[in-house]
Amino acid sequence: MREPSESIEGPGTGTPRRARVILDAADVDRALTRISHEIVEANKGTDGLVLLGIPRRGYPLARRIAEKIARSYPGFDPAEGLGQLDVTMYRDDLRRSTSRTPMPTQLPPRGIDRRNVVLVDDVLYSGRTIRAALDAMADFGRPAVVRLAVLIDRGHRQLPIRADHVGKNLPTSLDESVKVYLEEIDGAAGGPDRVQILAPAGSEDRS
Amino acid sequence: MRHLLDTRDLSRAEAVSLLDTADRMGEVGHREVKKLPALRGRTVVNLFFEDSTRTRISFETAEKRLSADVINFAAKGSSVSKGESLKDTAQTLEAINADAVVIRHPGSGAPQRLATSGWIDAPVINAGDGTHAHPTQALLDAMTLRQHRARLASADTAGTDLAGLRVAIVGDVLHSRVARSNVWLLHTLGAEVTLVAPPTLLPVGVDAWPVAVEYDLDAALARGQDAVMMLRIQRERMNAAFFPSAEEYARLWGLTPERLRALEAAGGGTAILHPGPMNRGLEISSEAADSDRSLVLDQVTNGVSVRMAVLYHLLTGPQAPHGPDEEGHHDR
Amino acid sequence: MTAEKYLIRRARLLGERTADLLIADGVIAEVGQDLEAEGARVVEAEGLIALPGFVDVHTHLREPGREDAETVETGTRAAAAGGYTAVCAMANSHPVADTAGVVEQVYELGRAAGWVDVHPVGAVTVGLAGERLSEIGAMAGSRAGVRMFSDDGKCVHNAVLMRRALEYVKTFDGVVAQHAQEPLLTEGAQMNEGAVSADLGLTGWPAVAEESIIARDVLLAQHVGSRVHVCHLSTRGSVEIVRWAKERGIDVTAEVTPHHLLLTDEKARTYDPVYKVNPPLRTEEDVLALREAVADGTIDVIGTDHAPHPIEAKECEWSCAAMGMTGLETALSIVQLALVETGAMDWAGVARIMSVTPARIARIEDQGRPLAAGEPANITLVDPRARRTVVPEDHQTKGRNSPFRGLEVPGSIRATFCHGHPTVLDGAVAGPRTDA
Repeated sequence: MREPSESIEGPGTGTPRRARVILDAADVDRALTRISHEIVEANKGTDGLVLLGIPRRGYPLARRIAEKIARSYPGFDPAEGLGQLDVTMYRDDLRRSTSRTPMPTQLPPRGIDRRNVVLVDDVLYSGRTIRAALDAMADFGRPAVVRLAVLIDRGHRQLPIRADHVGKNLPTSLDESVKVYLEEIDGAAGGPDRVQILAPAGSEDRS
Repeated sequence: MRHLLDTRDLSRAEAVSLLDTADRMGEVGHREVKKLPALRGRTVVNLFFEDSTRTRISFETAEKRLSADVINFAAKGSSVSKGESLKDTAQTLEAINADAVVIRHPGSGAPQRLATSGWIDAPVINAGDGTHAHPTQALLDAMTLRQHRARLASADTAGTDLAGLRVAIVGDVLHSRVARSNVWLLHTLGAEVTLVAPPTLLPVGVDAWPVAVEYDLDAALARGQDAVMMLRIQRERMNAAFFPSAEEYARLWGLTPERLRALEAAGGGTAILHPGPMNRGLEISSEAADSDRSLVLDQVTNGVSVRMAVLYHLLTGPQAPHGPDEEGHHDR
Repeated sequence: MTAEKYLIRRARLLGERTADLLIADGVIAEVGQDLEAEGARVVEAEGLIALPGFVDVHTHLREPGREDAETVETGTRAAAAGGYTAVCAMANSHPVADTAGVVEQVYELGRAAGWVDVHPVGAVTVGLAGERLSEIGAMAGSRAGVRMFSDDGKCVHNAVLMRRALEYVKTFDGVVAQHAQEPLLTEGAQMNEGAVSADLGLTGWPAVAEESIIARDVLLAQHVGSRVHVCHLSTRGSVEIVRWAKERGIDVTAEVTPHHLLLTDEKARTYDPVYKVNPPLRTEEDVLALREAVADGTIDVIGTDHAPHPIEAKECEWSCAAMGMTGLETALSIVQLALVETGAMDWAGVARIMSVTPARIARIEDQGRPLAAGEPANITLVDPRARRTVVPEDHQTKGRNSPFRGLEVPGSIRATFCHGHPTVLDGAVAGPRTDA
């Protein structure tokens, strides 16, 4: 049987790659602060607001955003407005990529019916994960509105999906990959929070 | 893993991954929409050469919760009883493009034969073969034991094994595919297994298994067990001199009310498992079967989750060479 | 007798001295150095070993009744290809060979086929049912001249009946060949009982089911002063019992199959029924004990227990499959692999266990004779240096159930002379006798 593929290494492990830090810990924190404010602004307050993080790295980001919102807007309680939505079973590449062990889905106690859901993920790329998330959500309830917040938008969309809140737009080429390190997932061994871009060895240095 | 034929083939990592997945699958049963789209458009055939309504319903529920199309082929009473061979049946399933075959068969090794003979390409899941193996039963038992331990410790099950857990498997080990599959899986997961049975119901060669063997149930229980798994005694064994009478068997190897009281008095958290269907009054008393220690209904619930996990792991991931993956992982 | 003349040039007789063999009129006319061809066809045998033609005391030819599995024609052609010049055809045909009529039919079919001498084995009990003695005297007195009696496939488990059979065959200097299998201990048995059967959940076939019958039978043979032959002995314990009996002077002979000298019950882990056989494949310890017993003479002969089955009888679940393996065309190679190349036995020993002693046990007077002038020209030429991969589809037998499929084995049969006629020549099947 295949091992679960929650590999913290990006695809292409084993081939030499050059890493370049795009956002450091302070940049990540600033981006999340800005997104927090944008979310509340777009929601016209915190009423009915639910943040759903997509495992693995979307969830800690959602929690950080929830905590930031709670600090600025005391009416918001993360216990009521934060959850995790696993999309593994809804992916459209189940027959192609390695099969993964699904993660828990944990919704806020009052669910998502008629609430204003913000999906949170680390990197927006093809858009297929978000499509899976929209399908998954439909099995749990019918939100009033769904928005999308991502730390990085690296482009190359394959579906008509866009983010409402973006930490950083990062133009990339297809042979590059983007790697987000977060303490909650990668632990101390992963180093400080940061976003890296990994380019194949020998490619043009565009910095 | 291309097929699931026996728990003996599973590594610890594979088993833990299956159990972790099964825990997630278990959540689906509590949702309003008890269905996942993971196997949409896939056809799973339940090929049952032996009656087993319980196992068939469990697999069918698992398949349907994953949105697979289900075909039930009760080979008993169909063309097979007219002399159609396993090979012809397999090739028929191949011709209708079955994506997986769940097989229950009275002959030991029939699933392996199906998987290795080249008659069919689809993954084969053993739903119980003769007196050989019943891997999904062992996985659901392990899932139940893992939950039991996590509950007592108020801990999470994710990623854990059964290291150090003491499990007594009691009864007709000789004819039990459940016992065999449990021995290998529990050993792989680090549990300490004791087989308790009359010598007539232990296989010659049991000394090569990674277990302790005990004839005396009271002595085994007195040593302290985290769980006792009572095996079903087939009524037909009584005519073959494996033991003198049902009464004597129940007295010496049954989980009687007296033994239940002894467990209570000892104060441990010993759980009671039984693969079902139970012979109340023979291998297990009603008091034991219905006590708070009994996890029999958890086993039934977990059976669906484990079977979903197995189907999911066997039917997703690269099945055959495909073109280059057009999409990266979302965290890329 | 045949009018053909052949000169076998420079063969190593029994793997020892090199000599020429002149064959004429079905007999060995002359043995010597640099013999004149005198119009004989010359067979160059440099590097080949000449052995007396092999005699199989244990062959299932399946005819009459199961011609889908084998016929006398295909089975004896396979025997010739394997270097045999005589086979004893077991009695479990349909109808059972329990009357003079059936044994004469098989005998005549063998003569007509012309590949080897066919000596039918008569059933001990009517229909192999283990209830009443069959017409042993009539079979002995028939044209087939039966001397060996066996219910092979079934055990003569009734001790009284076995005693009577042992006594009765003395009338004709016959022998009872026992298939030693206590039936109650082996009800539904699928494979050797031990560590592997425990893992596989296949009903075990305990060694004691074989050993207890052998122990009983040697004691019976001693008591009534008859001789008993033990078919396909398969366990270390059986070896010890036969060794004990021989030390006490009991007239017992024992046989082992090639497959029991090479394969173990570990093969059952594949659940491939090609490894399902009666008696079952045993353990490594048993295999080593059997080889040792052949080397020290406790086991007297190789019997192939050649048991061809139609494809569908093996292309199924283990529990549904028929028991048995083909063996005639691989016997020499497996014997070379398991006994000669392990140093347990030389080629003179091979001649003893595959020809001389089998002929003596079955009381076949014109087989298993020395390679000497005036003897019947039953000769097998073996190339011990050859290496070949077993491909059952290439075999002469109808059976494809060889457990050695794909195995690279030593040794090949270059020629077989049956009463002076080459049934195999230049390593290929040549043709049957037409004069018999």
